[in-house]
Amino acid sequence: MPTERAADWPHVRLHVVTGKGGTGKTTVAAALALALATGGRRVLLLEVEGRQGLAQLFDVPPLPYEERRLAVAPGGGEVFGLAIDPEEALLEYLEMFYNLRRAGSALKRMGAIDFATTIAPGVRDVLLTGKAKEAVRRKRDGAHSYDAVVMDAPPTGRIARFLNVNTEVAGLARTGPIRSQADAVMEVIGSRLTAVHLVTLLEEMPVQETADGVRELRAAGLPVGGVVVNQVRAPLLSPAAQGRARKRQLDAETITHDLAKAGVLTGAGTLAGRPHIPAAEVVAALVEEGADHAERVALEQSQRDDIALLERPTYELPFLPEGVDLGALYDLAERLRTQDMA
Amino acid sequence: MTGAQEVAPRSPTLDVDALLDDREVRVVVCTGAGGVGKTTTAAALALRAAERGRAVVVLTIDPARRLAQSLGLTELDNDPRPVEGVEGTGSLAAMMLDMKRTFDEFVEANADTERAATILANPFYQSLSSSFAGTQEYMAMEKLGQLRRRAGAEWDLIVVDTPPSRSALDFLDAPRRLGSFLDGRFIRLLAAPAKAGGRAYLRVISAGFGVFTSVLSKLLGAQVLTDVQTFVGSVDTLFGGFRERAEETYAMLQAPDTRFVVVAAPERDALREASYFVERLEADAMPLAGLVLNRVATTDAPDLDAATALAAATRLEAVGRPPVTAALLRIHADRVATLHRQRRLADRFTSAHRAVEVAVVPALARDVVDLEDLRAVGRHLATRD
Repeated sequence: MPTERAADWPHVRLHVVTGKGGTGKTTVAAALALALATGGRRVLLLEVEGRQGLAQLFDVPPLPYEERRLAVAPGGGEVFGLAIDPEEALLEYLEMFYNLRRAGSALKRMGAIDFATTIAPGVRDVLLTGKAKEAVRRKRDGAHSYDAVVMDAPPTGRIARFLNVNTEVAGLARTGPIRSQADAVMEVIGSRLTAVHLVTLLEEMPVQETADGVRELRAAGLPVGGVVVNQVRAPLLSPAAQGRARKRQLDAETITHDLAKAGVLTGAGTLAGRPHIPAAEVVAALVEEGADHAERVALEQSQRDDIALLERPTYELPFLPEGVDLGALYDLAERLRTQDMA
Repeated sequence: MTGAQEVAPRSPTLDVDALLDDREVRVVVCTGAGGVGKTTTAAALALRAAERGRAVVVLTIDPARRLAQSLGLTELDNDPRPVEGVEGTGSLAAMMLDMKRTFDEFVEANADTERAATILANPFYQSLSSSFAGTQEYMAMEKLGQLRRRAGAEWDLIVVDTPPSRSALDFLDAPRRLGSFLDGRFIRLLAAPAKAGGRAYLRVISAGFGVFTSVLSKLLGAQVLTDVQTFVGSVDTLFGGFRERAEETYAMLQAPDTRFVVVAAPERDALREASYFVERLEADAMPLAGLVLNRVATTDAPDLDAATALAAATRLEAVGRPPVTAALLRIHADRVATLHRQRRLADRFTSAHRAVEVAVVPALARDVVDLEDLRAVGRHLATRD
């Protein structure tokens, strides 16, 4: 039985996850899918950029154009994965609307499908978002096939254009299947069934792009979701020590005394086990590293302030020094749940 | 002291100043995966070269806002502007690529006024010049070509940043891919269905092509095909094909006065991209100056290892000492652990590419936002310890 809790996005069934390259949007999308599946739900995780990032993350063979179970979530939930291939999606349409599957296959061999989606990039996006819409709407025995759909979407710089398929195809077909498909997609993507979440790091460029992305999404009338701050390092110094550390005003004498007490330094004023290294050198190095750390933390705080100006629900995930494996994904999912993102 | 160079202890050091001082070198291309600090590296190299006496222009693609401001790039005018505050006898000009404008200017320079106007108004051209995959790379190359033709009188060194794509190889491949597409058989068939040659070719694949155009018309509307036809019809006679143009700019990168600087961060994906790129340069006989490794962890106390520092921190916390020293020990342990991880990652690259010279820039606590910061990066780049 799915457990009902008051999470931040109760009406949302399509979670679109975007972020600047290198911020970890694929990881966050996967963790969110696991979090949403926790407690017995069925969640579909979509990949649209043909990178097979999900397969790498879940350590499974490359995903075909077919829904496959990727992982089970705590409490009997399931996460399925699908890598949407625009060519395959176009062939599906040709079959559905014109009964042209065989001719379509021939065109694909000629490279014609690729050509068609290249001269009209909007068509490609309609096909990708159309598949997401179809998964959101799909029913089995009167109930939704998936409780939620999570899309690992294109990066922040392209997200508004990617999702705003109506405008994109406006210059193209005014009638016909692509037009009606675009309209149907906007009914889901432009509604409260959808939330577009943005992943960022506490660095200048990603935060700037996040702010730009939020502005563009709002201008396009698309539903802005939360901001996920990824790879956050816990500040190790207390707020008071932080200020002194930054100005290199920490008391060297106390530090020396403590280090000797902890056995790092010897009574003779050298590094334990390294008699040629004077204590003062070690202390100076630690003070310098403390100043660097404090500087970085202060910078991160100013980035947090910029994020707060966006007035969106914000979630934080920790930096994982050992990288992200399957176990770490479950840990990140749990953290998103405790912060009520799912 | 464990300098940043320690991350790649076995690699030969890249002599950045020798590279910048070499008057035979007239183009430096900075490339690498997105998010590794390419723009900053390009700007720092350009400033250092200028302050060592050269007349430099730097072409940036997508600089962070504050860095752009400090370079005087407050408006996109698609033409180099002098940078204020450069010291010494050299000079620095900077520009930010405006890809649509570069494409427009390219059309205007190669067609008479009337025809140029037709092309610029064509809906297919408008989507091609603003949103096509590969257009940014194509236009970066085109702009580099233009700057090169102006070199000599105005500047003697061009430093180029490359577009922020997932794969560093896109800079080399995207223009040719786009060129082949625009020059390819489908587009030619669409453009010249009425020509005799077109028909003859068409007969060969006629069945498929008939279905193809009919499906395209249904899906996209007939207007799209007409737009493409008009576009190809008007550009074809003008500049002898896009593919040829792309081949020319590609060949330019093999010129003996060009050097590539591959930029990476000590992370798995970035180093893998760097590796691909280095191999590709070798295969295509393009001269590699070396690898710039950004954001490298350093420590001034390398002999205090992570485990000892952590154990000492735990001990101090257990006896209830004020937390500052324990916190410093934990900060140090994190740093040493990061340094070791980075060294392992860098090792994979350097053992596969032993001859590649490396310059390293330590992780900086602050963002690089002004000329003074760029100078500091330049000094790190040129440090040889």
